[in-house]
Amino acid sequence: MIEIKHLSKTYNADDAARAHQALVDIDLTIDDGDVFGIIGESGAGKSTLVRCINLLERPTSGRVIIDGQDVTDLSGKQLLELRARIGMIFQNFSLFQQRSVLRNVTFPLELAGTSKAEREKRAHELLELVGLGDYANSYPVQLSGGQQQRVAIARALANRPSIMLCDEATSALDTMTTHQILELLRSINEELGVTIVLITHSMAVADAICNRVAVIDGGRIVEEGETSEVFAHPQAQMTRALLGIEGQVTA
Amino acid sequence: MEALQAFFAQYGALLAQGTWDTIVMTFVSTVFAYVIGIPLGVLVVVTAPDGLKPHRAFNRVLGWIVNIGRSIPFIILLVALIPFTRFVVGTSLGVPGAIVPLVVSASPFVARMVEQSLREVDGDLIEAAQSFGASTWQIVYKVYLPEALPSLIRGAAITFITIFGYSAMAGTVGGGGLGDIAIRYGYQRYQNNVMIATIVILVVLVQLIQTAGDVSARKLDKRNR
Ligand SMILES: Nc1ncnc2c1ncn2[C@@H]1O[C@H](COP(=O)(O)OP(=O)(O)OP(=O)(O)O)[C@@H](O)[C@H]1O
Ligand SMILES: [Mg+2]
Repeated sequence: MIEIKHLSKTYNADDAARAHQALVDIDLTIDDGDVFGIIGESGAGKSTLVRCINLLERPTSGRVIIDGQDVTDLSGKQLLELRARIGMIFQNFSLFQQRSVLRNVTFPLELAGTSKAEREKRAHELLELVGLGDYANSYPVQLSGGQQQRVAIARALANRPSIMLCDEATSALDTMTTHQILELLRSINEELGVTIVLITHSMAVADAICNRVAVIDGGRIVEEGETSEVFAHPQAQMTRALLGIEGQVTA
Repeated sequence: MEALQAFFAQYGALLAQGTWDTIVMTFVSTVFAYVIGIPLGVLVVVTAPDGLKPHRAFNRVLGWIVNIGRSIPFIILLVALIPFTRFVVGTSLGVPGAIVPLVVSASPFVARMVEQSLREVDGDLIEAAQSFGASTWQIVYKVYLPEALPSLIRGAAITFITIFGYSAMAGTVGGGGLGDIAIRYGYQRYQNNVMIATIVILVVLVQLIQTAGDVSARKLDKRNR
């Protein structure tokens, strides 16, 4: 379970002229086994919010509690161990270009000091799981976007995380490929029991895979609930705008 | 033809020795310059304001040292360092005497080249590595250096060629090698043919190194399909 309590994030807090409040008093609970969608327009603060979960970004105030453990102030080795327990995938895949597909997947295991034989065995299993068993010795440049994101998913699963963060994981992909990647994420959620936190600006993506969603606007959560409920009875103006019910929000 | 044979009979051994000395001087200096320059370049990147471990004061001082090192013309450094060179290798003459000033002047140059190569690495990759719990040191040797490898190799070829050129200057103060020969025979004794021979050798060697650098960088770069 991920509990986010009164979380605020101000960038450049020490410089009044450049200070920018990206998140304001966020309260959110993500249960084990959820596929939790965080939806919002560009600049709403989505990335900042998920990056606070694995502390790539330090909250300015508030707490982040994972499985009952307050992780907000972790540092040093404990912080690295926390991050290793949380998988992450990205919009641009972020595969290491000079590493083969296999060695991309073994990367997190190398960090943990797993033996070579063991990590390669695990990587081959994961590549089978994501449907890329034949591509172990390829390099990222030789793969399509969808294939690259599959490798990234295999890499994120290497450490057997209980949580996976997806920052716009399908935004760079076409509709068909997006659909396939979402199916893969769904099966990972259902079969491996991985809790998924998924950022998107697409209502269609959220609708396809999330059981719960939160809508974020200007750094604040403006609506949260069961996906079906939120989509059927949107309350906040931003939700309606994203659903295309009311006219576009004025910029 | 006969003239050429006579020339090589007279100067062949001398030129071969000079070529060998120049290559040894350049190679050994390049290796030492990288031993010093890689850690410096890595530290500059890591402690930069947007780096993994920002440290303003340390980064500034490092930047100064590197810049000072790069702003002193080699020929001046060569002379200014003579006492230091004597202290380190016992002589300021010959190949050993040339290596010390070459290393001192090339290390900051290498540091900047390494810094540039590392900065070309996509920041998203650094962040991905962080998200998997990589430590700063792990990011340096598992992400920065391997991802920058093709660029580092191209830089090494440039460094080698630069040191190669400097090593000829070292010849002017008794550093040995092809520069020494060109000065002693070509300049002091007006033997143009020896001078021309050294130039031909230098040009050919530079071409070879540049080509070797380009080819190996291209072969190693997995971004080429
Ligand atoms: N490192 C940073 N320094 C300063 N401001 C930042 C930084 N990162 C993000 N911001 C600002 O914080 C706000 C929220 O950014 P964030 O990246 O979280 O938005 P987002 O919802 O993920 O947007 P997008 O859909 O474009 O990715 C934006 O106004 C952005 O300009
Ligand atoms: Mg974002």
